[in-house]
Amino acid sequence: MSRSTLGLLDRRLLFVTGKGGVGKTSVASAIGWLAAARGRSTLVCEVDAKGNLADFFGIGPLRFAPTEVRPNLSAMAMDTEESLREYMRLNLRLPLVARLGPLARTFDFVASAAPGVKEILTVGKLAYEVRERHYDLVVVDASATGHVVGQLASPVAINDLVKVGLVRSQTDWMIQLLTDADTTGVVVVTVPEEMPTTETLELIGRLRAETEIDVASVVVNRVLPELFSKGEESVFERLRSPTGSAALERHVGAPVDDVLAGADLAVRLRRSRVPHLTRLREGLADDVDLLYLPYLFHRAHGVRATAVLADAISDELGY
Amino acid sequence: MSWGTEVAEGLERLCSAKEVVVSTGSGGVGKTTTAAALAATAATHLDAKVLVLTVDPARRLASALGMAEFGNVETRVEPEAFTDAGVRPEGQLWAAMLDTKQSWDDLVHQHAPDEATRDAILANPLYQNITGKFVQSHDYVAMERLYEIHASGRYDLVVVDTPPTRNAVDFLDAPDRMADFFSSPLLRWLITPYRSRLVSLASKPFYTVADRILGTQFLEDIAEFFMLFQTMYDGFVERARAVTTLLGSPQTTFLVVSTLEVAPAREAAFFLDLLERRGYHVGALVLNKVLPELLLDRSSTDVARTLTHDAGRLAGPVAADLSNDGGSRADGPAVGPADEVSVERMVHVLAQVGQSFLDYQVVARREAEQRSELSSVPDLCLTIPVFDTDIHSLGGLIGLGERLWT
Repeated sequence: MSRSTLGLLDRRLLFVTGKGGVGKTSVASAIGWLAAARGRSTLVCEVDAKGNLADFFGIGPLRFAPTEVRPNLSAMAMDTEESLREYMRLNLRLPLVARLGPLARTFDFVASAAPGVKEILTVGKLAYEVRERHYDLVVVDASATGHVVGQLASPVAINDLVKVGLVRSQTDWMIQLLTDADTTGVVVVTVPEEMPTTETLELIGRLRAETEIDVASVVVNRVLPELFSKGEESVFERLRSPTGSAALERHVGAPVDDVLAGADLAVRLRRSRVPHLTRLREGLADDVDLLYLPYLFHRAHGVRATAVLADAISDELGY
Repeated sequence: MSWGTEVAEGLERLCSAKEVVVSTGSGGVGKTTTAAALAATAATHLDAKVLVLTVDPARRLASALGMAEFGNVETRVEPEAFTDAGVRPEGQLWAAMLDTKQSWDDLVHQHAPDEATRDAILANPLYQNITGKFVQSHDYVAMERLYEIHASGRYDLVVVDTPPTRNAVDFLDAPDRMADFFSSPLLRWLITPYRSRLVSLASKPFYTVADRILGTQFLEDIAEFFMLFQTMYDGFVERARAVTTLLGSPQTTFLVVSTLEVAPAREAAFFLDLLERRGYHVGALVLNKVLPELLLDRSSTDVARTLTHDAGRLAGPVAADLSNDGGSRADGPAVGPADEVSVERMVHVLAQVGQSFLDYQVVARREAEQRSELSSVPDLCLTIPVFDTDIHSLGGLIGLGERLWT
């Protein structure tokens, strides 16, 4: 497998994946937001039809046809039936498509009966956008860890299963595009907790064993802030003691126990994450970039949260 | 106390009456842990044989149950594990995990009409692909396995964790989808002999397209596979119906597990609504990883702001007081007066204490609002606070379960 020296945003196709609940969609939208802000024409595509991506851009429901979110930034929702329709329009010269009328029956067959076809219609559409250079960068809010390997490996699987036919003739260029590390990378989003850490390490192992696709980066999301240095922590502990809190209460002029308890919770939560961060770092080979994104104590979700997270990624990438 | 006025405050009553508890929720909210904790606690308090059926559990969860690892086989959690946790269980706890591939093989063994067909299916290259990679196949076998276990009559209570689906409701539809799939005209068309298919005018354009896209050989492979699979049609459809019936029966109840983050809470609201519309029994909403209420206190907000803004003014006197009376550490021996507290450090500590309280308050307020927006909350809504530790032992699981029990 080739390695890339390119920066994250300089690749052309990024698959953003991760365990459910780690902020996969927010990281994908923030990467797209940042790339667009830095002048790269960017498409963000949601693969699982959950409809969350639109929320992160503060726009209405997404369709297969890309919607312009802001300058340089478009977003779409994958629809494999539409993808098949587009594919046939582009590849079948016969006027068959018109005669078929509604594609539902064909699609039903293709999607349900033929393994991997739904996946390849997804990956194929994305790779097509990259090949045709419709955008500088395509960011995919991809399937969760359980399904993403099957998705990314689908061109190879199809290559093995289908010996002839149009689909077969398409897989070679897709594989080439996907396995070129300067073009395509996987971004694994995780949080410093037990299950996400375990799944991240397993996923990277599987990606390397079962695909030739480069892992561009591991994004550790929602990293809690370190409140105190060692020395400060002992000061905090003394403040937490009965005499300490009594002294503080005297000078503040109001009960302080709840505020100290809140800070104590913050310290303990941060501390509980440390072993998972350590395990993640130790479990990853040196050649995987780690990006740390802070837990954002902001009020909003939606487009404001995306902008704030994009700033955090920008800082972390050193822009 | 009079009849009918007692309000359930925990899951004790639910677990005493129901035979199947289905734990649902979006990814990362803790539904597997909740299911295991509930089963362990039920086995502690009820004179019952309890099984927890989990899907891809964390290794720590297996070890918390005193097992090296879960398998597809139902395994009893040793009574010693309870004893080690300082608990004398009234009942038995069993655990099993869903192995998708193995469960499919079992199904084929069960439903294939004869040995030749069975072996042909198991040996078919498409079989592994479909059972392993069909997203829906995971959901289907989870529900199928639940039915099989329940119907065996081996357990008083089965607590089942649901697969991490894209959509929390997918597994509910899985049995019906499987039945539909087997009944679809398309599948029937596909398994009609190749030649008669060619002459069938109605299907010709479709066939031509399918052929151009996939190639004849692949189509034939698929046709052969489904022809074999078709022999199991009756068995599958019948089971699918039975599973659907079980999920909707009065013996079954659903737990909806969620955090109060925006996306999971929205999905929980959607799921609660959907379960209700379809007439399923929702036993409880479990809100997990919730920040403590003390963060919402308004007078503490003022204190936190004072600390943030006036840290410079307060630090000197507070440090002096601490240095003078040698305030003891919260977790250690008293320290002598010689242990001077640095004013510089105190400035930073006070400011950080105030700021972090205010930071977490923002999140706690968002959570409180999220909770109030869960409009169709069932009668029973239980809250599990955010913990600073992962659960590594049966004692930990039972400790968690006790919070839900009464």
